[in-house]
Amino acid sequence: MTLFVALAIGVVYGVSILLLLRGSLWQLLVGLGLLSHGAHLLLFAGGGLVASAPPLVAEGATQPAAGSADPLPQALVLTAIVIAFAVLAFALVLGDRAAAKARTDDLDAYSGEPG
Amino acid sequence: MSVLVAPLGIPLVTALLAAAAPRRAGVQHAIGVTGAALLFVAAVRLLLHVHGEGVVAVQMGDWPAPFGITLVADLLSAAMVAVSAAVGLAVAIYACAEPRETIERGSFVCFSHILMLGVCGAFLTGDLFNLYVWFEVMLLASFVLLVASGERSAVTSGVAYVALNLLASAFFLVAVGLLYSQLGSLNLADLRLRLDLPGAREAAGPAAAFLLVAFGIKAGLFPVFFWLPASYPTPAFAVSALFAGLLTKVGVYALLRMFTLLFPDPIGGPLVAVAVATMATGVLAAASQSHVRRILSFHIVSQIGYIVLGLALATSLGVASAIFYTLHHIVTKTNLFLVGGLIARAGGGESLARLGGISARGVGLSLLFAIPALSLAGIPPLSGFFAKLFLIRASLQAEAFVAAGAAVGVGLLTIFSMAKIWNEAFWKAAPEEAPDLRLGRAAVIACAGLCVLTVGIGIGAEVVWELANDAARQLDDPQEYLRAVLGDGS
Repeated sequence: MTLFVALAIGVVYGVSILLLLRGSLWQLLVGLGLLSHGAHLLLFAGGGLVASAPPLVAEGATQPAAGSADPLPQALVLTAIVIAFAVLAFALVLGDRAAAKARTDDLDAYSGEPG
Repeated sequence: MSVLVAPLGIPLVTALLAAAAPRRAGVQHAIGVTGAALLFVAAVRLLLHVHGEGVVAVQMGDWPAPFGITLVADLLSAAMVAVSAAVGLAVAIYACAEPRETIERGSFVCFSHILMLGVCGAFLTGDLFNLYVWFEVMLLASFVLLVASGERSAVTSGVAYVALNLLASAFFLVAVGLLYSQLGSLNLADLRLRLDLPGAREAAGPAAAFLLVAFGIKAGLFPVFFWLPASYPTPAFAVSALFAGLLTKVGVYALLRMFTLLFPDPIGGPLVAVAVATMATGVLAAASQSHVRRILSFHIVSQIGYIVLGLALATSLGVASAIFYTLHHIVTKTNLFLVGGLIARAGGGESLARLGGISARGVGLSLLFAIPALSLAGIPPLSGFFAKLFLIRASLQAEAFVAAGAAVGVGLLTIFSMAKIWNEAFWKAAPEEAPDLRLGRAAVIACAGLCVLTVGIGIGAEVVWELANDAARQLDDPQEYLRAVLGDGS
C-alpha cells in the first residue's frame, strides 16, 4: 500500500515536471495542477496510511480506538484541494486571456516588457 | 484578544463593505481610506501592547494549543503589521488620485484590503498550515490586482507570476506534510519543542530545505527572482507600490520566523552566498534598465539580498539588522513606486529616454523623489544609511568580510541607479513637450507622509534599532513566545 502510494506520488510529480518544462502555456497549467495534486497526496500520506479504520469515537469512549486513521491530514488536504482548485480556475481563465492577447500559447513569446 | 483580532477583522470588513457598496470611485475611496486608517490605529495599538506587555497569543474558539488555531504577536510580528498598515494607509490615500477606471473596474479597494488581510494574517498566525492559507489569501488578491487592467503585458507577465507562486505553494505544502508526518504537529511553538528533542532536527532537514526554497521563491532570492521584475512594473502604480512594499517581505518574514524559531542552527556559507548573489545580480540588472519601475523592481531583489544576509549571519546583531532593514525597506520602496507614478504623470511615461525636465517644474516633486532615493542608496541621516550601517557592522562582527564588501559595493551601484533616474528624468532637458498633467493632491500627500516616515526612521534610528534589537532577542530566545502560546506548562 505505502509503496504503491509512494510510486503514484512519484509518477504524478514526474508527469507534472515534464509538463512544466515543455514551454507551452496549457501544458504549464496542467503541470501546475498535477504538481499541487502531488503535494496533496504527499500531505495525505504523511498522516500514515491506515486501511478501513475511520477515526470514529465509539459510544462511551472519549477518543477513537488506537490504530485508527489520523483525521488531521485529511482535513488539511481538503482545505488545500479547495484552495488549489480556486487558484487553478483563476490560472485557467488568466491563461485563456493571455493566449487571446498574445495570439499564441508559446511561453517564450510572453516576455513581460511593459508597454 | 481584541488587539490580535482587530488587524484581521478590520481589513476583512472593509473588503466586504467595498464589495457590497456601489462601485463609484468616491464611495469606494471613502471606505478604503477609512478602513486603512482604522487598520493603522489597530496595528499601532497592537505594537504598543506587545511592546509594553510582551508576547501575546490567543487561541481561536478556545481550543487549547496546539490543537486550535493560534494567533500570536511578538515584537517582530507587531512591528511588521504596524509598518504594513502604515504603507497600506499611504497607498489607500494615493489611490484617490489614480484614474477612476482603475478603481471602479478592478475593485481595487476590495482586493487591496483582502491583500492586507492576507499579509496581516501571515504575520500573526502561530500555525504552519494557517500560514499557508494566509499566503494563498494574499496571493489570490494579488493575482486579481495584477491583471485587473487586462492589458497584454499584465496578463502575460501574470502567467509567470501565478506559475511561480503556485510552484512555491506546492513546495510549502510538501514541507507542511513532511513536518507533520515526522513530528505530528503544525503549531509553530509546539513544533519548536518537538524539534528540540534529540535527532528530530536532523530528520526534519528535508522539510527545512523545502521551506527555504518555497519562501526563497516568494521573497525573490537569487536564482528564483525572475517573476518579480517581470510582473511588478505592469499594474497601476498604487498596486505595484503595495506589492513592492509588502509581498516579498511576507516571504522574508516567513524566512526569519522559520529559521529562528524552528531551525535556529545557522545555515551559514551557502545562504550568505545566495544573499550576496541576490544583492549583486539585482543591482547589476537594475543598472542596465531604462524604465523607472523596472529599475526599482530589480532594486527590490537587491535589497532582499541585504535582508537575507542579516539572517544568514545567524548572529543576534545580524537578525536585528535584518529586521531594521525590512522596516526601512517597506516604507522606502513603497514610496519610490508611488513617486514613480508621479514621475510618469508629470513626464508622460516611464521610459527614461522620453522623460526629462521634471526638476524645472518645481522643487516639490524633486524632493519627494530625492528623499526615498537617497535613503535607498544609504545617505545619512535617512533610514537607509542606518540600515546599511548596522548590517555592515554585523557582517564585520561575524567576520563575513566578503559580504560586508559586497554590501558597500552594491550600495554604491544603488547610488548610480538612483542618479541615473535623477539625471534622465529630472535634470536633462525634456525631449518633447510633455502634457502638463495634475499630480493629484492625495497622491502628493501620501508620498510626503512616507517621506516623513523615512526621515523619521533615520532621525529616530535609535528608537527603531532598540525595537529591532528587542525583536531579535525574542527570536533568539523563544521562551517567552513558547510560554505565550502553550501556557506555563511548557
